[in-house]
Amino acid sequence: MSSNNSNESSTLFIDGKSVPFTNGQTILDAALASDLYIPHLCFNPKFKPHGSCRVCLVNVNGHSSCACTTPASPNAVVESDTTELNHDRRVLVQMLFTEGNHFCPSCEKSGDCSLQTTAYELGMVSPHFSPNFPIREVDASHPEMLIDHNRCIFCSLCVRASREIDCKNIFGLSERGAKTKLTVNSPTGRLGDTDFSSNDFAANICPVGAIIHKGVGFTNPIGQRTHDLSIHHTQSLDAEDA
Amino acid sequence: MKTTKDKVKEVAHHHKHKPERLLEILHDLQDKYLWLSREILAQVGEELGLPYTKVYGVASFYSFFNLKPVGQFNILFSDNITDRHQGSIHYATQLKKELWVEEGHSPFDDLVSIGTTSCTGMCDQGPALLVNQIPITHLDSDRIKEIARLILAKKPLHEWPQDWFKVENNIYRKGPLLNCELEPGSSLRIAKNLGATKALEHLSQSQLRGRGGAGFPTATKWESCRNAPLLKGQGRVIVCNADEGEPGTFKDRVLLDHKADLLIEGMTLAAQIVGAKYGFIYLRNEYKYLKPKLESALVQRRSAGLLGHKANPELVPDGFDIEIRLGAGAYVCGEETALIESLEGKRGTPRIRPPFPVTFGYLGQPTVVNNVETFCCSVLAIANGADSFKSFGTQTSSGTKLISVSGDCTRPGIYEFGFGTAVSEILTACGAQHANCVQIGGPCGITLNPEEFNRRIGFEDLPTAGSFMVFDKTRNVFEIARQFTHFFAHESCGFCTPCRVGSHILSDSMNKLARGFGSKIDLKEIQELSHLLQKSSHCGLGQAICKPILDTINKFPQDYQPLIKHDEFNPAFDLDSSLSQARQLTHRQDENAHLEQLNSFSVSRIKSGESI
Repeated sequence: MSSNNSNESSTLFIDGKSVPFTNGQTILDAALASDLYIPHLCFNPKFKPHGSCRVCLVNVNGHSSCACTTPASPNAVVESDTTELNHDRRVLVQMLFTEGNHFCPSCEKSGDCSLQTTAYELGMVSPHFSPNFPIREVDASHPEMLIDHNRCIFCSLCVRASREIDCKNIFGLSERGAKTKLTVNSPTGRLGDTDFSSNDFAANICPVGAIIHKGVGFTNPIGQRTHDLSIHHTQSLDAEDA
Repeated sequence: MKTTKDKVKEVAHHHKHKPERLLEILHDLQDKYLWLSREILAQVGEELGLPYTKVYGVASFYSFFNLKPVGQFNILFSDNITDRHQGSIHYATQLKKELWVEEGHSPFDDLVSIGTTSCTGMCDQGPALLVNQIPITHLDSDRIKEIARLILAKKPLHEWPQDWFKVENNIYRKGPLLNCELEPGSSLRIAKNLGATKALEHLSQSQLRGRGGAGFPTATKWESCRNAPLLKGQGRVIVCNADEGEPGTFKDRVLLDHKADLLIEGMTLAAQIVGAKYGFIYLRNEYKYLKPKLESALVQRRSAGLLGHKANPELVPDGFDIEIRLGAGAYVCGEETALIESLEGKRGTPRIRPPFPVTFGYLGQPTVVNNVETFCCSVLAIANGADSFKSFGTQTSSGTKLISVSGDCTRPGIYEFGFGTAVSEILTACGAQHANCVQIGGPCGITLNPEEFNRRIGFEDLPTAGSFMVFDKTRNVFEIARQFTHFFAHESCGFCTPCRVGSHILSDSMNKLARGFGSKIDLKEIQELSHLLQKSSHCGLGQAICKPILDTINKFPQDYQPLIKHDEFNPAFDLDSSLSQARQLTHRQDENAHLEQLNSFSVSRIKSGESI
């Protein structure tokens, strides 16, 4: 395993650029530290990497791998911003769009949503696959917060935040495969019967519009929302077939 | 009378309130109550100090935990492709009819539930079912009638004809493994005399590689575990993967039944060499009926001084002992890190690797995970010596391999062949004169057409965990691939996007072809998506989904070609026939009440503003 000297610095190459890293960093850590953007959804630097969304797919020395879970290694040759990888990422994002019910125009997370932004960045113009239109509930039982299960992408960020930072264990994933769902830890299964608070870390980490605050919707006009102002542009995009 | 609360307390107490024993606790409670209510799960959470979401998350992950009421007789038909070819769907329908069961449940009372489950490992004596988790093999119409009669008469299982529950071993060809009659403890004595380093050298010289399919060198695995540093309070752990879930594989079932002592010897040998304190046999729930027999084999070893704290410390250091743990119906737990998660009482989600189990396994301790057959082979390699072991097999694949043969042949069962044996030779041995397709290694393996029957079993050509399913010309290979795709979608753990979502998109696309709506574009998309799943999935399950699809498209194009009815894009449904009900209701049959099928031509007309 890694040597004891954790400050030892080495270099790897991402799309030809040399990127320094320290022992224990992943490829994504190293990239972000050097202001190199690799698309990702389930990663958050506050938590151990999860590797479930697979959007940070890269080629490491010729092998497909996730940037968030692959340890950085000296002189590794990483391909990230390529036509092929951006195509693959776009298909993964299309899968997430068709799996749930994502209707951006009516969603108040629009403009602040990582899924939507990633889709824009990757040049996605349609969901491509047949929509799944699952029947999922909205839980509005909590006075301050709302869960719209239609928009959940099972990144587990709320699960991890509530467990590791808030120490409340309010969320968990249940079932298996396509039936996977987010469950709430209360006798009724409703959020209103937990001690969840709008100040919880878990209340402010959802990358999509699945866990949102009540009563503050649409405060910022279009054009002034998070991702309206700072959109990452990937270099190598092929035109998506209509 | 004991309340449910008392019972949960009692069971939790019996398992020392340990969260890692969650699956065992749920099994015990389900044995008592048939299903696990929300109240029971919540109570379990309280007893173990786990949040309800965690307990529910685990219970709902595994197919064999019933979270809704089930009948007194809970019947699950094995749903492997070989069961289907032997008529399982027909028999399930017959039983439902006889018992007036709709949508899986008896409409009148809680007498019976009927459903399906993934391959139960009885392919050589199918079609098969599980009734209250006990297998019944060789189903036919008469037997189904008789089962229905017994259920309606509410006869308990011990009053059913006991020969129905007999599981045959069907061994047709023996080699050094199945012929092995070593005296218990002999490999332990030899290894002791050699010393761990020398013993590992011998094992390395034997070139024994893992029999679970991946073929990792066993000596390297054991050595890495032996050398892995221990933190304070840690020990090393030996785990036997007896979660034989690959459809069409049943050789571990036969080893567990026929060579249990050899397996235990192999695990103890690993413990001696690696320096482990305890071990587990992770037994798939479908083989629960074997548990008493395995337990008594363990008891025998203990009384012979070859296992446990009273064992000869020279041969069995640290009082190494073995516990049997039951799985609960999750194919993905055959993956070693998912298996370890399951042993720890968690959802069977494969871990991120590295770290590998040899350094960070069960509860963070260095752990060896090997297949049943691998442990058995390790005994041969040490006891008979490397040269004897290598006298079978090829340069890269030493020794013999147990093959589980099923499907269209006259002698389905277990065959022990040296590695390097040609598929054609196995086909001759099992009486499969009309084979048109062979699936090696289960759905995650390789599909062969007749031109490839000269290929050989071995890591250099056809690696396999042992599944060998034979199909003759009457079987549609596309339908086989479609069933495999459904199997993977059903078994996906749901952790990563490509497998969770992609497996269902692939299933839908295969269904579209089957319904006659397929186009060339669909076929191209199926292939592209397959490649994406292969490179982007988190674990081997997601990476394997594509294999039967891509293989069958390449090797059996004739079975796909009739399904590709359109050159251009074609919707997955028929627009005009979808309107038939509306026409019936409005009594219309005029021209304007019909729609032509949408194709790219009509789409372009719609776009340009013309009406259809």
